[in-house]
Formats: sequence, C-alpha cells, structure tokens
Amino acid sequence: MMDINDDFLELGGHKFSSRFILGSGKFSLSLLEAAIKDAKAQIVTLALRRVNEGGSENILDFIPKDITILPNTSGARNADEAVRIAKLARELGCGDFVKVECIKDSRYLLPDNYETIKATEKLANLGFIVMPYMYPDLNVARDLVNAGAACVMPLGAPIGTNKGLTTREFIKILIDEIDLPVIVDAGIGSPSQACEAMQMGCAAVMANTAIATSGDVRAMAKAFALSIEAGRLAYLAGLGEVSEIARASSPLSGFLE
Amino acid sequence: MQRIDESLMKRVLSLRESYEYERYGKADVARALKIQRVDIEGLRALLSPAAGDFLEEMAARSKSEMKRYFGNSIELFTPLYISNFCDSNCVYCGFSSHNKISRLRLKIDEVKTELENIAKSGLKDVLILTGESAKKRDLGYIGEACKEASKLFSNVGVEIYPLNSDEYAYLHECGVDYVIVFQETYSPEKYAQVHIGGQKMSFAYRFNAQERALMGGMRSVGFAALLGLDDFRKDAFATAIHANLIQQKYPHAEIAISCPRLRPAKNKSEVNAGKVDERSLFQAICAYRIFLPFANITISTRESAKFRNGIIKVAASKISAGVSVGVGTHSDTGKKGDEQFEIDDTRGVDEIYTDIRALNLQPVMSNHIYV
Repeated sequence: MMDINDDFLELGGHKFSSRFILGSGKFSLSLLEAAIKDAKAQIVTLALRRVNEGGSENILDFIPKDITILPNTSGARNADEAVRIAKLARELGCGDFVKVECIKDSRYLLPDNYETIKATEKLANLGFIVMPYMYPDLNVARDLVNAGAACVMPLGAPIGTNKGLTTREFIKILIDEIDLPVIVDAGIGSPSQACEAMQMGCAAVMANTAIATSGDVRAMAKAFALSIEAGRLAYLAGLGEVSEIARASSPLSGFLE
Repeated sequence: MQRIDESLMKRVLSLRESYEYERYGKADVARALKIQRVDIEGLRALLSPAAGDFLEEMAARSKSEMKRYFGNSIELFTPLYISNFCDSNCVYCGFSSHNKISRLRLKIDEVKTELENIAKSGLKDVLILTGESAKKRDLGYIGEACKEASKLFSNVGVEIYPLNSDEYAYLHECGVDYVIVFQETYSPEKYAQVHIGGQKMSFAYRFNAQERALMGGMRSVGFAALLGLDDFRKDAFATAIHANLIQQKYPHAEIAISCPRLRPAKNKSEVNAGKVDERSLFQAICAYRIFLPFANITISTRESAKFRNGIIKVAASKISAGVSVGVGTHSDTGKKGDEQFEIDDTRGVDEIYTDIRALNLQPVMSNHIYV
C-alpha cells in the first residue's frame, strides 16, 4: 500500500509533506495561527502590502517560524511592479519563494498571463522560486515552464467566489501536459472541491476565502486538511474507471468458467 | 482647465435624470436581492423607498459580499488638513471663501511635524486635504507635503481641488496613489445653486477629475455625493453609476466610495444637516456594497461611533481614525485653523483599533506598497 508519509510536494528543491497552501489575506490575525495549525499547512501566503512594519500588529508575528512564507505580489499591475515587490519581500527576510500575481483588473482580479510570464522569467533569473498565479491556458503554462517557474497555479474560479473547479477541463489538460506541480489556486470553496482537485492530480491546493469566511475557521481548516489528504491518497491509489454501462461486482457470466 | 471626452458624464447625468425611484415596489427589491450580479435596474430598486422595508435583507447580502472581497479586514486611515484657505464659495462648507473663519496654511516643516505625530499612532495611510485654493496653495506646496507623507506612510491620498492629468502625474511622482473628489451633487442645477464662486463652479471639470487622475497614473480614485445636498437617492445612484462606469473604462482602477452626509459647520447655521436619516444612509451604503462589491467604501467621522461600528460589520471597508478636520491640530504649535465641519466620532486611533478587534474584525494599517 502507498504510504502517504513518503509522499512529498517538491518546489524548487524544497520538500513539503503538506499539500495545503493557506492564504492569509482575509483572516483576523488572532485566528490565523490556529488556522495554520489546524490546516497542517507548511506554506502560508503573505501579501507584502499587508506587512505592517513597526505597527501595533505585524502579520509576520502570527505565522510560526517553521512555516514557509510565500510572499505574493498582490497589488502589482505588471511584471515590473511584481519584480519590485518580490525584491522587497526578499529584503524583508521573506525568503526566496514568491507567488507572482499580476493583476490589472480590480473588479474580477483575473491574472494577466502575459505579464505573469515576463515576471516569472525575470524572477527565476534572480534566483527566486517562482509560483505564478495564472489563468489555465496550456500555451501560457508551457511558457511559464520555459521561464523557470517552480509550478503553475491556475485558478479554479475567480478569487473569493468559492465556486470550485469551474476551469476543471483546462486544469486537467495542464496536469496531463505540464511536467511541474499544478497547484489549483483561487475559487476553491469547499473541502469536497479541494478533494476533487487532488483526485484529478493537482499537486496541491491553495485556499483562503473558504476558510476565513466559514462559521468555524478552525474546523474548516481541519476539514480542508483532511480532504486534501484524502484526495491525494485517492489519486495515488488510482481511481476506478468510470463506465457508461453497469458492471456487476460479481460477473454475471462467471458461472461459465 | 483640461477638457476630456464628456460622453461618460452625459451618460451618468442621463441615467440620474431618468431614475424614478417611486416606480419601484417590493417585488423589484426582492428580485434585485436575488440577482447574483446586481445590474443598474437592481441598483435603482435597492435605492428606492420600497427597499426601506428590506434593510435586514440588504444588510445580510451586503455583509456576505464584503466578506467575500475583504474578509475580516477593515482599513484605517486619517485625514490631514494642511490648509483651509479656499477660493470657492460653497454655501454649505465651513471653508467657503466668504465664511469668516481662522485660516491657516501649514509650512512644510509644520506639515512634517503633523505627519510625524500621526505616524506615532501606527497609522500607515494618510489623506492630505486642502481647501479649494489653487492660488494660495500651489501644487508644488502640496507635492512637497505629499513627498514628506510618503516617507512615513505606505499609502498617501489627496482630497484637494481638481487638477489636470499632468498635475495628477506630478503628484503621483510625489508619492500620491489615490485621489478623492466629492462631486457633492450630480444635479447640475443644484450644483450651480450651491457653488456660487471660484473654480469649483465648473461641474464638468470636477466630474471628470477621477478620469484625469487615472490618466495621470493614479491607482485608486474615490467618489462621493454629499448626501442631503440634493435628492439623496438620485445622487447615491449617480455616484455608484459614475464609479462603475469609470472602473469599466479603466479596469485596473481601484474604486472607492465615500458616504458623507451634510454636517453642521461654523457660521453655517442655515445648513440642514438632518435631511438624510441613518436608516436611509444605511440603505444607500448597503446598495453601494451590493452593486460594487469590490469597491472600498469609506465611513467618515461625520457619523457617530455607534453607526460606524455597525456599518463596518456590514458594508464599509475603510474607516478614518484619530480625526481632526482643523488645521495644525496634530501638533502643539499654538496656531490652529478652523474646522471644515463638526465631526461626530471623536475616538482616537487606539480606541477605534480596539473597538474593531472587539467586533471580531481585523484592523489593517497597511494595505499598499510603493513599487
């Protein structure tokens, strides 16, 4: 039997036993630490613009030291701005990971794939472990691979909608064709949707709104952790084939043997 | 004065003119609240008198939209008035050029001291304000003040007289990232009646300020009608439409809406500040949130602490704190300029911070990064 304890998510040479990336943007800080623990997350995203230098509360103080911080370039409208934010994050001691977000639509917050490719190439050349948030497009994903991305992070649905895998077919294509971890990002609204993404073969799931806006943040964080693990295990086990016709578990022609 | 294409303004004014809110009934409101993405017709219903019976339903929908876009976060900021000189004569405003008040323009080193004192509170977002006086408060002066502000604050905005796009570009270079311009009323007729002198008399130039600001490179623009100056339902409707159309035309633009009501001001006893009651204000703010769920909505100290604590749980995503609307009031220089209007909520930054936490919300000081 497959031992899930030997199963790791690898990003830029780093290994993670958890495949749940937790967003920190919508939490109350007092709940964030508990949510990280219940989610068993090892990677937590951080919008650099939210880092309150010298203020009364600093989000960095609420993220345990053994957690890998994934600063994002939230607020960047183009590649140049994303690169500058990433450099600032590194100067602030946030490490070499960076989630590239290039967004120039403030209504739907859809990523600009063209600028994302440019930012990824520049940041990879600067030694960053680049995790680009993207609209699921195979050609773009191939360009991101060539640009030096450590993974691709297609959206399941627009940010914050909790609508789940509305881009399911396109994410499946990326999983089939791209030789990098495919991490579904944005739109995942329930543990069952996260589980489905993992069963499909996504390498990890990122979620924020679904947990931060739930009635019980800690319970929902735990539910996501369990569902992601279940989905991963199911994927590794290999799902049974889907058939249009009935196939009896005890074959009807069995008596002929 | 720079002129730009006025088709957007004509559309807003035409929509405002044709808005007959008495036509809308309960069924229209109920229908609007069921629509996933509320359209202009839905907005009309939500701002109608009929929606007054649906405040609880509107609040629930509004809260849900706000959670989705902003989570638990409430941004904090404070205004800093650096001058109360004004060339414009507006009948409702304490800064009006014809109003006899104590006038003051801070020197740059005084601005710096005020900024340093504000920064000690932990705030990282400051809005620089002046009266509408291009003559006495030249742009270079405002630019210098903004440069000082950007050294201490992660987000700097201006609420000053409207500028041309190249002037906005200059302020952007000085560290300004957002611009707020209140249209006051979207009725050109009423506008002419209450703005009787100075640059502010030009309705169209003011209307197009946000667009010129975006052309000048600003990231965020803010809109508002001064509710109570004219028909507040029509003005609230026009405000939301204006913001929506600008965002559609400039998709990268971050949109903010303020919700000011008329307030009493020194020597302005004739101003009727009670025209729009709190229930109506609440309805308008919820309608803004439902129609433009992604927009920042600011609630100012014109409102009571009780109202502000209530509305940030439901619809408003940004709140001012430690506010003074006078000049030179953040330092002990001995010189003070009179206030623009009387504020209601006098809580300091710490108190508001604590109150936000007590509401299970997350006060956010820094939500911007200069790149």
